[in-house]
Amino acid sequence: MTHLDHRGIVEVSDGGVSVELKGETMTLNIGPQHPSTHGVLRLIAEVDGERIATLDPAIGYMHRGKEKLAEARTYAQITALINRIDWVSGFANEVAFIRAVEELVGVEPTPRAQYIRLILTELTRISNHLVFASSYPLELGGATALMWAFREREHIMDVIESVTGGRFHTNFNRVGGVNPVAGGGKSQKKVSLDLPAGFYAAVENAMDRAEVACDELDQLVTGNEIIHMRAKGVGIITKEDALAYGISGPNARASGVDFDLRIQEDSLLPYGDFDFDVITGENGDSFDRYLVRILEIRESIKIVRQAIGSVPDGPLQAKVPRVLKVPPGTAYVRAENPKGEMGYYIVSQGGRIPYRLKIRSASFSNISIMSKIAVGQLIPDLVATMGSLDFVLGDVDR
Amino acid sequence: MIVAAVPFALWLAAKAVVTLGLMLGVVLVVIWAELKWSAHIQSRVGPWYVGGRYGWLHPIAEALKFLQKEDLVPEAADDKVFRLAPYVMLAGTIATFAVIPIGPTVVARDLDIGIFYLLAISSLSTLGVLMAGWSSANKYSLIGGVRAGAQLIAYELPLILALVAVAIQAGTLSLNGIVAAQTETLFTIGGFDVALPFALSGQFIGFVVFIIASLAELNRTPFDLPLAESELTMGYVTEYSGLRFSMFFLGEYAGVVAMAAVISTVYLGGYWMPGISDDALDWLGPFILVGKIFFIVFLYIWFRWTWPRIREDQLQRMAWKWLIPLTLFNIMATATLKVVL
Repeated sequence: MTHLDHRGIVEVSDGGVSVELKGETMTLNIGPQHPSTHGVLRLIAEVDGERIATLDPAIGYMHRGKEKLAEARTYAQITALINRIDWVSGFANEVAFIRAVEELVGVEPTPRAQYIRLILTELTRISNHLVFASSYPLELGGATALMWAFREREHIMDVIESVTGGRFHTNFNRVGGVNPVAGGGKSQKKVSLDLPAGFYAAVENAMDRAEVACDELDQLVTGNEIIHMRAKGVGIITKEDALAYGISGPNARASGVDFDLRIQEDSLLPYGDFDFDVITGENGDSFDRYLVRILEIRESIKIVRQAIGSVPDGPLQAKVPRVLKVPPGTAYVRAENPKGEMGYYIVSQGGRIPYRLKIRSASFSNISIMSKIAVGQLIPDLVATMGSLDFVLGDVDR
Repeated sequence: MIVAAVPFALWLAAKAVVTLGLMLGVVLVVIWAELKWSAHIQSRVGPWYVGGRYGWLHPIAEALKFLQKEDLVPEAADDKVFRLAPYVMLAGTIATFAVIPIGPTVVARDLDIGIFYLLAISSLSTLGVLMAGWSSANKYSLIGGVRAGAQLIAYELPLILALVAVAIQAGTLSLNGIVAAQTETLFTIGGFDVALPFALSGQFIGFVVFIIASLAELNRTPFDLPLAESELTMGYVTEYSGLRFSMFFLGEYAGVVAMAAVISTVYLGGYWMPGISDDALDWLGPFILVGKIFFIVFLYIWFRWTWPRIREDQLQRMAWKWLIPLTLFNIMATATLKVVL
């Protein structure tokens, strides 16, 4: 005979007693305030013991309404909003946006400005990947890598600050090039914002330090047996899934998708002048995503070293009218943000402000795969996977 | 030198208080050492301003800070258990200090069943952890407490088995006897009598296994998943604040010192150093022991800040599939060699 008690369905017969255990999953709310969700991300997880049954990301806690704000600002003002989307790689956010505007206006940026943009973009790429490479082991429990990598990152920040005036939020791109002068108003005299004296030496030094950081991280993290145990085989994204969910950037490359916007035909910046490799991984697990980024730092160091030897002379900004009126039209331009593919779609109806700005952010698509790959993982594995996707909530929510 | 007129209970209480005071002093220094050494590993400086140049008053300042914090008990928490848990955990670790010999005749109480008492009483702190996790009425705390309980139970076995081998080699369970066994001359080189601590004279496997298992018992990285800050915001300690939190904090470091003291006594020779006479050891012994304790503490701190943490199931697998068979092999080898040699 069968009866139900607190253990579940109990069946008593001549052969003995058998119990079919009744269990319940527990709803665990991870976030929005949480040390390892890279911002205010809320994950509503149904857990069975420590295993995740379902995962539901709830985003929007950081929505700042940038697309709406852009409808009431001039293009120069929007640049200040744009570099706060992915706040770890500030300068890289602006490049695609400015190119979209330049496409609508019909202006080509000057060669010198192109090279400066490229150098600064690669510097922010190195900076972003160093942040990732050091906060990923932090989430797994090894706090030391963070301190070492951030120490080397300061040199890069100093370089960026010496050129643009800002460490993260540079607001340096202008239509037709980069910001040529500062001041020039009633109270301040005009100061040229061309590359300062000692820039090349400072960049060389920063690159040497970044290589030191890479070597230290390799010793501490990449070869670490415990990191291998925690990250290998965890959170595998297959190539088909990566393409289906719109994953881009190092995440996709780690799954074997050999695609880098920097070397495409419609690349925004003159990457074709330089010799570097595009790193792809094989397994698509968390360790591969980590390794791809570490190797990408080394490639970016190569690019910067080649670039600073060949910056052409010339003006910093092409001739554009002071009050910029953009002719009607639409433009979609995408770039290889350190986190993935970032695109801007501008609809202009003539005038100084856009009619509509749509931002395609990398992290929004990157975290969409969390619901799929988290099922069946343990909670610590969830943390390892989330960290390896390298997203920030500013990029997700805009 | 017991004065016969003083009642035994009073004398025992005095010894216990003195031992406790000394050990807590060592604990405070260990807290400062952790802050400083971890800072230097991370190329920072650590405490600098508090109390003069090297920030040596920092642990005291932290204790004072905790004392003046709000005393929170969550509404849904099980009140009595919640309040009792930190003290259970602390009691379990501090009680181990009673049997650690600081000098040849200086020990709070030299029990004949020293090691047995040590292991039994330090298991009490596991109970405190489970109490904290359950009574906090918080899912994170519950997960943390259960993880901690499973981990502590799994790693007690390698701990016990490693010490069994030591007991076989020393021939006694009393800690004073174990230190005495390590002072025996093993061989002579050019006129010098050489005595080796157990870590070097046959118990090396046990030494390594004990260090690993004690890291797990202390919930320290690489085994600090119960307290995994990046996942569960402090695990079973999440809901504790103020004085109760400082009890847990103190309990953790008291455990560090206790385990280091046990390792120093059992594997490294305790208060004994070759070439120093017994009389000198009465007052030099504590310093030697503290020196060895700090060596082990340095290893603990180094490991904590270099390695990330191991996942719970990998941790369990390591204990059951690797450490326990190793210690069983160690016991068999020790027993065989003891009979043969």
